[in-house]
Amino acid sequence: MYIIVVGAGKVGWNLARELLEKDHEVTLIENDRRRYMTVEQELEHNVSYGDASELWVLERAGIQRADMVIAVTGDDEDNMLICQVAREKYLVDQIIARVNNPRNRQHFDLLGIKPSVSATDLILRLLEHEVPEYGLVHLLDLQEEQLEIIEMLLGKDSGVTGRRVGDLHMPEGSLLISVLRAGKGFVPTADTVLEEGDEVLAVLDPGKEDDLKALFGPDGDGGIASG
Amino acid sequence: MFILIVGCGRVGSSVARAMLREGHTVSALDEDPESHARLEVGLEKSWEDLGGQFTVGAGLEAEALEAAGIDHADVFIASTDGDNTNIVISQIAKRRYDVPTVIARVLDPLRAEWYARQGLQTVCPTRVAIDMLETAVRDSAGRQDG
Repeated sequence: MYIIVVGAGKVGWNLARELLEKDHEVTLIENDRRRYMTVEQELEHNVSYGDASELWVLERAGIQRADMVIAVTGDDEDNMLICQVAREKYLVDQIIARVNNPRNRQHFDLLGIKPSVSATDLILRLLEHEVPEYGLVHLLDLQEEQLEIIEMLLGKDSGVTGRRVGDLHMPEGSLLISVLRAGKGFVPTADTVLEEGDEVLAVLDPGKEDDLKALFGPDGDGGIASG
Repeated sequence: MFILIVGCGRVGSSVARAMLREGHTVSALDEDPESHARLEVGLEKSWEDLGGQFTVGAGLEAEALEAAGIDHADVFIASTDGDNTNIVISQIAKRRYDVPTVIARVLDPLRAEWYARQGLQTVCPTRVAIDMLETAVRDSAGRQDG
């Protein structure tokens, strides 16, 4: 494959090196002269100097025949527009953009720049998983499908322990799909009784997290209607 | 008309003043609080006293755009000093906020041309300068030949 990588920071440089080792053809574009000189000592003709938000720089790198463009500069606007012209002007099949500020992800989505990768988001997810102080862990967002999957650990004070799944008043737009108990997972039935220490997985419409948190959290009443 | 101008440099501030003078409602947004002073150059009263609005914030931030009134803007002008910013926020104004008229200042002639073909109204000062210089040289050459 012919891959153009834009931005020779830590991410771009290492990415280019890995791709070259996997026998891809790679051009790495960097617009800082000094950084370019440094990287060029190792990657030689595989690195090119210039501002990739200018069309002629992309054309000089052969974007017309590129199979993939990966924009990983430290500037979100650059990454967005490089990917936008790559796909819409030069009809590049695959693009990948780096999101530096997670708050800008909405703009990537608006411009149809997919997939976009945010290191901050990834680390946050990891953090949520390792330190589940929010009580609820996002496992998966299916943005296109408008669904998400979350995991909750039932603590001692959870309002639903000792309750039958069939008695829970699950919020509309949510469904319990799995229970992990003592390292084993199973699909609950209406007769499954939840226990302390269970990890439950639920699929839900976006925006239902708070409802679920209220139901499964310490103050949750388990949804038992009138006792 | 309600006109929102993002980027209050020499270009943005001049356009803002002219539009205010012509009786339009004008809101200006800029990252730099100091740019407020540039808006008031040559004005006899303060920008606000004359009915103008000024917001400090980045054009890429939805909160700032909304505080500046993008929801009810009839015209959106992107005139920051960065081409990339102007192109991105113009597309946001068009696609997310459905602003009827969106104009972006783009210094790079190649991209100004391409985005114009994609339906984005662009103004390219570099293109204008190139054309004027070429015309001036041709006129001068014509005079010397003649």
